[in-house]
Amino acid sequence: MKEAIKNALIQSYEFLINDKFALTGVIIYVVFMIIAVLAPYIAPYDPHEMIKVGSEYMFNKPPSQDFLLGTTNMGRDIFSQLIYGVRPALVVGFTAAFFVMVAGTLVGLFSGYYGGTTDSILMRITDVAFGIPFTPFVIILVGFLGPSIWNIVLAMAMLLWRDTARVIRSQVLTVRERSFVEAARVSGASDLRIIFVYIAPNILPLSFLYGSLAVGWAILTEAAVSFLGFGDPDVISWGYMLNDAYISQALSRGAYHWFIPPGIFIMLAVMAGFYIGRGSEEILHPRLKEY
Amino acid sequence: MNVRWKYILKRAGQMVLTMWIISTILFFIFRLMPGNPLVAYIDPTFTQEQQQILMQQFGLDQPLWMQYVIFIKNLLRGQLGQSFFYKDSVVNVIFKVLPNTIYLMLSALIIAYFTGIVGGIFLAWKRGEKVETAGIIVTLFTRAAPQFWVGMILLAVFSFEFGIFPSGGVSQAGTSYASEFHKLLSLDFYRHLFLPALTLSIYLIGLPLLLMRSNMLDVMSESYVEMAEMRGLSKLRIMFKYAARNAFLPVITAMAVGIGYAMGGNVVIETVFSWPGLGRLLVNAVSTSDYPLAQGAFILIAGVMVFMNFLADIIYSLLDPRVNIESRR
Repeated sequence: MKEAIKNALIQSYEFLINDKFALTGVIIYVVFMIIAVLAPYIAPYDPHEMIKVGSEYMFNKPPSQDFLLGTTNMGRDIFSQLIYGVRPALVVGFTAAFFVMVAGTLVGLFSGYYGGTTDSILMRITDVAFGIPFTPFVIILVGFLGPSIWNIVLAMAMLLWRDTARVIRSQVLTVRERSFVEAARVSGASDLRIIFVYIAPNILPLSFLYGSLAVGWAILTEAAVSFLGFGDPDVISWGYMLNDAYISQALSRGAYHWFIPPGIFIMLAVMAGFYIGRGSEEILHPRLKEY
Repeated sequence: MNVRWKYILKRAGQMVLTMWIISTILFFIFRLMPGNPLVAYIDPTFTQEQQQILMQQFGLDQPLWMQYVIFIKNLLRGQLGQSFFYKDSVVNVIFKVLPNTIYLMLSALIIAYFTGIVGGIFLAWKRGEKVETAGIIVTLFTRAAPQFWVGMILLAVFSFEFGIFPSGGVSQAGTSYASEFHKLLSLDFYRHLFLPALTLSIYLIGLPLLLMRSNMLDVMSESYVEMAEMRGLSKLRIMFKYAARNAFLPVITAMAVGIGYAMGGNVVIETVFSWPGLGRLLVNAVSTSDYPLAQGAFILIAGVMVFMNFLADIIYSLLDPRVNIESRR
């Protein structure tokens, strides 16, 4: 079992080294992680602080040496908010992706291995999940459960596993027919043992890849939900910043330095997820049945 | 009965089943809300009489399973309750804004699919050239950029900076259209429609463009295209007359799925542009705790999505005789 996981990790590693797109994605995430850890040292101000110089509040300042990206209408430093915003983005992205990977992989494994009724039931559930409109569902659930980052993660995890489950299932269908699985079955291995010891390691790289795609979707969705005003009020995320800019008339004041940077950061994070998840390939060669 | 009809009937059955399960999930989400289950349907500001009618209509004094049966019955009859905020029936409120969502969606889909198909052919033509790489990178950006952010930039530039387009709504502040018909004839309406439709089409263009491109590349390796090349036909003629024609069918099918997508994607874009449509209605309903309205809007959006997926599957099976229906599921 340990050996198998190690092999899967090595395979993923080799894939990264050979794929420039994936490597770019990983580098973006590593940089983001470093920023997240060092945020207090990089950001010059507390992102919540209403900055006061002398007796004057620093409202709506344009970019300058003191405030790299200027300040908000409440006198908060935009650059510091941007830096601290990396934290919730990564937390949301990775936790959501973790749940998506685990749930999607399990559903795919059981569905593909057992076939028959189990398969029908699980795949019907997957069909239902595909029929639920994603953003509206997250909004409704978060609206009712209360605006917290964990509720957003929960709501996303409840639907995002659907893509992973379908892909893993079809992969399991082919792995199931391979001779080593047959050999294990003949030698009397139990179903669970076959699933987790013989089949799972072969599909792990694929679920890692789908997990990283989910990181991108999760960050994008958190931003949309926060923008709509259902975000965690205590957490400064990029979506929150854009919401703040939008309702504070940053658009009519032409405060591009306020609302352009968070969008670029969201885009970088999402693209990194796509790149690692071989998303570039999936996206470039869409097949109708996957939509 | 032939295989195809059986398949269509089976798919229709699945569609009904899916909608039933989604409604059931929704019923329980709304009942699991903290507080009294009555909160879901009755606002304290309703008159005594209204409260009585709703109590009866939704069986709110009955046990949960009975409430569920009544909920499903009402749903089948198209009764979705009373909106707290608008003091009107949910169905009326929804159907008042639905046309706006449809106009926005259709115009965005037309722009996205037309540009996407032409762009896809172009990129396939320029295979291996720098233009292709640049085109693909730009397309990847459209998939990764948050739609509301794209909308914000367009608003800041075209509306606030240059004042070319209005900043939101469907009509100038303080005015309204005499009827749907007048609205569609008014130039002002299209000025309001332009930016949101553009934003939504940027969001939608990725699928048709990339699908068209990869289909073109597939088709161009088929023998009849090679045949045409050997006959010395011009590249333009081969691209359009032979390849594009065949590459184009799946993209049209994908349009049905695109409609489903657009319904969900609308939520954010309608909010940015204060476009009075179904998506914005849902957002406002959730933030004002207008539960019946939120529920109704969600069911309609989900219904359109499920139906469009069904339609796409059916068209796909009709268009492509190679699809073996039995082994596909």
